[in-house]
Amino acid sequence: MTRTMIKVAAATIGLILLAGCELGPKDTAQVGYRGTGMNLIVDKDNVPPPATIPPIAYPLPPEGGDSAASAYQNVPVLGSMSKDRFDHMMAQINQWVAPAEQGCNYCHNPENMASDEKYTKIVARRMLLMTRQINTNWSSHVKQTGVTCFTCHRGQPVPANIWAQEEGPPNPRSIRGNKRGQNTPNPAVAYASLPAGGFSEYLAGNGNIRVASTKALPSDHKASIQATEKTYGLMMHTTQALGVNCTFCHNSQSFAAWNRSRAQRAQAWYGIRMVRDANNSYITPLASVFPANRKGPMGDPYKVNCTTCHQGVNKPLGGVSMTDQAPWLIQAPAAAAPAPAPSIAMAPATGTQVAAAQ
Amino acid sequence: MRYQNMFTQVQLRGPLEKGPPLPPGSFARGDLAIYNYWAGKLGAAQIGPIYLGKLGIASLVCAFLAFEIIGLNMWASVNWDPIQFARQLPWLALEPPGPQWGFTLAVPLAEGGWWQMAGFFMTAALLLWLVRTFRRASALGLGNHVPWAFAAGISLILTLGFIRPMLMGSWSEAVPFGIFPHLDWTAAFSIRYGNLFYNPFHCLSIVFLYGSTLLFAMHGATILAVGRYGGEREIEQITDRGTASERAALFWRWTMGFNATMESIHRWAWWFAVLCPLTGAIGILLTGTVVDNWYLWAVEHGYAPGYPSTGVIDPATLPGAPQ
Repeated sequence: MTRTMIKVAAATIGLILLAGCELGPKDTAQVGYRGTGMNLIVDKDNVPPPATIPPIAYPLPPEGGDSAASAYQNVPVLGSMSKDRFDHMMAQINQWVAPAEQGCNYCHNPENMASDEKYTKIVARRMLLMTRQINTNWSSHVKQTGVTCFTCHRGQPVPANIWAQEEGPPNPRSIRGNKRGQNTPNPAVAYASLPAGGFSEYLAGNGNIRVASTKALPSDHKASIQATEKTYGLMMHTTQALGVNCTFCHNSQSFAAWNRSRAQRAQAWYGIRMVRDANNSYITPLASVFPANRKGPMGDPYKVNCTTCHQGVNKPLGGVSMTDQAPWLIQAPAAAAPAPAPSIAMAPATGTQVAAAQ
Repeated sequence: MRYQNMFTQVQLRGPLEKGPPLPPGSFARGDLAIYNYWAGKLGAAQIGPIYLGKLGIASLVCAFLAFEIIGLNMWASVNWDPIQFARQLPWLALEPPGPQWGFTLAVPLAEGGWWQMAGFFMTAALLLWLVRTFRRASALGLGNHVPWAFAAGISLILTLGFIRPMLMGSWSEAVPFGIFPHLDWTAAFSIRYGNLFYNPFHCLSIVFLYGSTLLFAMHGATILAVGRYGGEREIEQITDRGTASERAALFWRWTMGFNATMESIHRWAWWFAVLCPLTGAIGILLTGTVVDNWYLWAVEHGYAPGYPSTGVIDPATLPGAPQ
């Protein structure tokens, strides 16, 4: 009797071990050539709930009528809009970004709406330009869906998923409290022991993400194992941000080979450049505008990464486009020359503008 | 009566087994041995006498030093917090020197020097233990099969942690000490060098690894299956084949047409086990030194399957591509 029970217990434990750690039903879809293991695996119990799209403030008024510049003072960015459309945009921003208890006053001084005394207004102006830059010059990534304030903000004044440079060890020449930028259960790298410093290097700098050699035999190509781990950490962030596994983009036969990858990889490639543009040309120049509590421990403003928009799904907000409520955000700026490829040339000019605005 | 296997074994008690007489001048092992009932459930009930000797003590001291250096570095990395040390232990590491140090022999302690020291003491412990197994084997008049097999394993460790980093001119190529960190190193190593699965010596190593488990299962199962005829007395069966050996041999000829002999099965097992780290070490040694991207190497040599292209083009090569 006891012996039978031991056997049953042993068999049960064996089966549980075979099942692995990730219990629960999965959906598996083949997304590549047969036999290459290009499968998209969805853990059905852990799919994020669909995002709630807020109702529109009120229907978008027709174009025409007085311009905002003639009706209001100090509207350098949105001045060319009609007054009606401008009011509508303000109402939308109120709904998409401003905290409910403060409303307009989150950015504006109610006594003098034209005043730039609140830093939030200067930031908002900059973010409008950033959003339009993303929609008009980064359609390689956002396609025709586009983004609005809500894609990141989700009704919050500060988006939920942001990052800033992390504090280094107290003394880099001591082992005390020094993890050498890795070896911490960090959600930014999917709880691996990989280095999490990749954001600064790849999403705010032009760090080279590619580590595998393009030649079979040794050449002048150099990439350390540490650099590879940093790349790997960034890729782990991407999988978490999009709620996908590696083979959503890559063929594990060769992570580096483009002719084995899916088209999604190219879209992600543009996405990384888009994030760099947003961080370097729009957010980092605001460092002197943001108060200390809106900056990280190293004094740089909180910046965006893949999760800021994607929030666990490969199409932010489930692919719903909200730009029809804010057509200005998808209009190419009249002054900027049409660029074949996304341009960051306009960044320094607007950067000066911000500096002047304070 | 059921055959007395591991679970029903009768444990004999009497004068402790002292082994065969040793040549003059050998270490007298003394009588430091005891019976243990639970040890008898797993193997022999007699524990000891243990031979420690100078080499054994030196090896254990070196192993202890390596273990302490690694553990204390990990503990220091969480500011000596015992709770965080326990919670984060699987993530913690002692990392090798960074790429900026190249193959400098004495790196500052906090920037990889401790790793070098831990590696040195670990290597010393392994080599001292290796010599100890040689010495003990010859003292008993045995062949050197155990020391050589142990040396095969050490060769892989040394290739990963010393020989290959030396050839690459950088300690940073070596493996960190740590539970998850060494696994992440493994994955990163494969990604950096274009997928290690296309390294033929990696393939061979896997063959011998899985082959070892297969042989081990076949051999273990065969001997247990003929245990009721005394088949576990393998040495006697080699010289004086009884029904156990003949049945076991016939079983394999029936099922696969060929049987290893009572002696040769152990050569099969030994070579499979030894070749697993040896071929692995060759594969590691060639990576980065002779081949930089195993996938591209395999494509050039018609060794990687030619799946159809997905038609995706590297965006960085398109005109006007952003940085």
